[in-house]
Amino acid sequence: MATKASRTAARIMMAPAVILLLGWMLVPLIMTLWFSFRNYLPLRGGDLGFAGFDNYARFFSSSAFWPAVGATMIIVIGTLIITVTLGVLLALLLDQPMWGQGIVRILVIAPFFVMPTVSALVWKNMFLDSVNGLFAHVARFFGAAPVEWMIQAPLSSIILIVSWQWLPFATLILLTAIQSLDSEQLEAAEIDGAPKVKRFWYIIVPHLGRSITVVILIQTIFLLSIFAEIYVTTAGAFGSKTLTYLIFQRVLESQNVGLGSAGGVFAIILANIVAIFLMRIVGKNLDS
Amino acid sequence: MARSITNKQKTINTAFAWGIGLIIFFPILWTILTSFKSEADAIAFPPKFLFFDWTLENYAVVQERSDYMRFLWNSIIIAGGSTLLGILIAVPAAWSMAFVPSRRTKDILMWMLSTKMLPAVGVLYPMYLIFIKMGLLDTRIGLVIVLMLINLPIIIWMLYTYFKEIPAEILEAARMDGASLGKEIIYVLTPMAIPGIASTILLNVILAWNEAFWTLNLTAAKAAPLTAFIASYSSPEGLFYAKLSAASTMAIAPILIMGWFSQKQLVRGLTFGAVK
Amino acid sequence: MGRITLDKVEKRFGDVQVIPPLDLTIEEGEFVVFVGPSGCGKSTLLRLIAGLEDVSGGQIRIDGNDATMIPPAKRGLAMVFQSYALYPHMSVRKNIAFPLKMAGMDKAEQDRRIDNAAKILNLTDYIDRKPGQLSGGQRQRVAIGRAIVREPAAFLFDEPLSNLDAALRVGMRLEITELHSRLKTTMIYVTHDQVEAMTMADKIVVLRAGHIEQVGSPLELYRRPRNLFVAGFIGSPKMNLIAGAEAAKHNATTIGIRPEHMGVSKTEGMWKGRVGVSEHLGSDTFFYVHDTGLTDGITVRVPGEFDLKSGDTVYLTPDMTHLHKFDDKGLRIE
Repeated sequence: MATKASRTAARIMMAPAVILLLGWMLVPLIMTLWFSFRNYLPLRGGDLGFAGFDNYARFFSSSAFWPAVGATMIIVIGTLIITVTLGVLLALLLDQPMWGQGIVRILVIAPFFVMPTVSALVWKNMFLDSVNGLFAHVARFFGAAPVEWMIQAPLSSIILIVSWQWLPFATLILLTAIQSLDSEQLEAAEIDGAPKVKRFWYIIVPHLGRSITVVILIQTIFLLSIFAEIYVTTAGAFGSKTLTYLIFQRVLESQNVGLGSAGGVFAIILANIVAIFLMRIVGKNLDS
Repeated sequence: MARSITNKQKTINTAFAWGIGLIIFFPILWTILTSFKSEADAIAFPPKFLFFDWTLENYAVVQERSDYMRFLWNSIIIAGGSTLLGILIAVPAAWSMAFVPSRRTKDILMWMLSTKMLPAVGVLYPMYLIFIKMGLLDTRIGLVIVLMLINLPIIIWMLYTYFKEIPAEILEAARMDGASLGKEIIYVLTPMAIPGIASTILLNVILAWNEAFWTLNLTAAKAAPLTAFIASYSSPEGLFYAKLSAASTMAIAPILIMGWFSQKQLVRGLTFGAVK
Repeated sequence: MGRITLDKVEKRFGDVQVIPPLDLTIEEGEFVVFVGPSGCGKSTLLRLIAGLEDVSGGQIRIDGNDATMIPPAKRGLAMVFQSYALYPHMSVRKNIAFPLKMAGMDKAEQDRRIDNAAKILNLTDYIDRKPGQLSGGQRQRVAIGRAIVREPAAFLFDEPLSNLDAALRVGMRLEITELHSRLKTTMIYVTHDQVEAMTMADKIVVLRAGHIEQVGSPLELYRRPRNLFVAGFIGSPKMNLIAGAEAAKHNATTIGIRPEHMGVSKTEGMWKGRVGVSEHLGSDTFFYVHDTGLTDGITVRVPGEFDLKSGDTVYLTPDMTHLHKFDDKGLRIE
């Protein structure tokens, strides 16, 4: 299947996809890079010339930078811990024989298909609201004072919402991984006299190791750029401003494009660091 | 494991799994239930679970007040359009990579996937600027293009993995039988890959439907899809729980149903084959 | 119709030369078998003729016309693949009709040819089934049916029987041979199985590392292998090859004697040895004889049954009229 004619055809047929993605990647990237070195204020005079590394210096030294890094890390790490731990447990549970397995699977997976704005708003208003939210009702029922979730614990609230959205993803992937485990391996271990707990630690956990890594990497990439969940809940207030949201505010709200672009370059570098690890795993799998 | 298990154990598993499944599903269930309540019942204390006056009024009000159909239509066009456009571009590309692999195929595929990992916010302003310059801001066509581009790597990747499963000999047979490249793709490859193409379409419609960065930032009123429509409820209408619920239910129902059909493809599409 | 000429055809994959420049003529109506160990380039050669791969040099002519640059669809050749390569989404009828449809043939003529092919291949009962519902042998017949309806200049077979079980393979082998004598169309058949080559071919092409080692009729190859490789490859069980002093007695570097060309005796003979494993097939008996001082083990074939046990002493006497002699380059000495 490799004649000159078919190779030429292949090149022609790949061209649109390659050109589009190349343009999609390079044009905005170069523009962002360019803006990050300009003093660019669209509403206050436009492009005011070369700024050197001023934007970077200002972005990193601004009082909002470190809190944003902290908020981002708390959200990402918190969500990862919750989704991976619960995901493993849930996947193990769903792998057990039971009645109505298919339906339970559907119930568990459903949150992943809820659009981010809906899940954020439903949680914010109907569950976490301090007056009429269901959590407040429950608290009152037990005689406790309702919590102002979005104000007193905005990061925990966002972690809760985001974990709810991503738990299905982790569960589904880990379940797939568990089910791909060769049952003969487990049976061999059983015949070799390994008790249940040991079988879990020495066979299932190592087998899941790579899948967990993949879940962590993919989720990290998506979690680093969560946006809608913050946009419709706190709008970045009360210390819930993540890097993504900070950059968004610099660019569109305060229209300081140079500063925002410097942040954007930083975000791209950050995502790429995670992406490198992910692509390595993907690459290995492509070979085999 | 094909292994007999006591009914007692199975009952415990079942109860446990159903309990957890229902807890996870509860916010969705609660939203759907609330959408049929009156506003007073929606915030009643103690909460009313099933025994309230069921009403469809909220749905009518949402449609009437905010022109729900327009947002729905925008969502359909944006999600469907971007997916179909993506498929048209991806099928030939995936064919090339699957059946005429070269030394660079793997690198190209990896590079394509890596574009998926660029944080959107990093290129927000350039896209904003480009959209203004080209008159695409708040247009459906603009969003169709952007969502097509962000999902193109996933579409190509999924089709590539599906095409790889088709034996090359069958395509060679078609070639020996006198089929041109176009006929080979239309009469042989596509019908064989229909299940794969369908799953790819399904997953990408879901991803596009739920996309909530570009749809929020590049639309205003005209082209806004359901993500933006719901975001507009963040205040103060959000306090009207029944109406919020009705709007939310309408926004997620179609995709929830589609999503349930695409569980398996989800794994394939979103892990880039790193988990099998 | 169906004369194929390869003129200095060569194939390289990058820097690796898979097939060095090679000349070969396949006459009209011939059944030619390419045989050789795996990796010898026989399938590549077939794909070059089919047009599924480009030649790196040289010329392929079909009926005198240069076909080197013609795409596979236009060469007028039909191919049967190892995996059958049936279109899984089409019924048997549609599978067979596909090449006719691609050629834009009118419906009545299509039906006539399909019905005819179905009758020849006993497919009439399955004509509306999908390939997934057929057995291996039936699929194979559909693949052949798809090839014959086109009335091609030549048929190309790429190890078509290797996916079938042993019993079916013998049956299909006969069917293909019968088909050839009925259609009298050129057939080029690739296999690694020398038994298939011997039983089906008018002409065998033995390949090794892209080189043609010998071309000839099955019996020519059997009787007068041109070199050590062909001597070892053709014939089952393999020819015994003996080097050293015994060969020198015959003015050769190596001598070869087939297992069936030796006399066996318990009492006297030329070479003395000890029986190792013996295999009793009923029709024949094979003995693996050790400690002859000639070579590690000598295989001998005796018709019918012969009473020798493991460990017994045995005497072998080669039939000198069937002795093959090879020089220090491994080439046959007449």
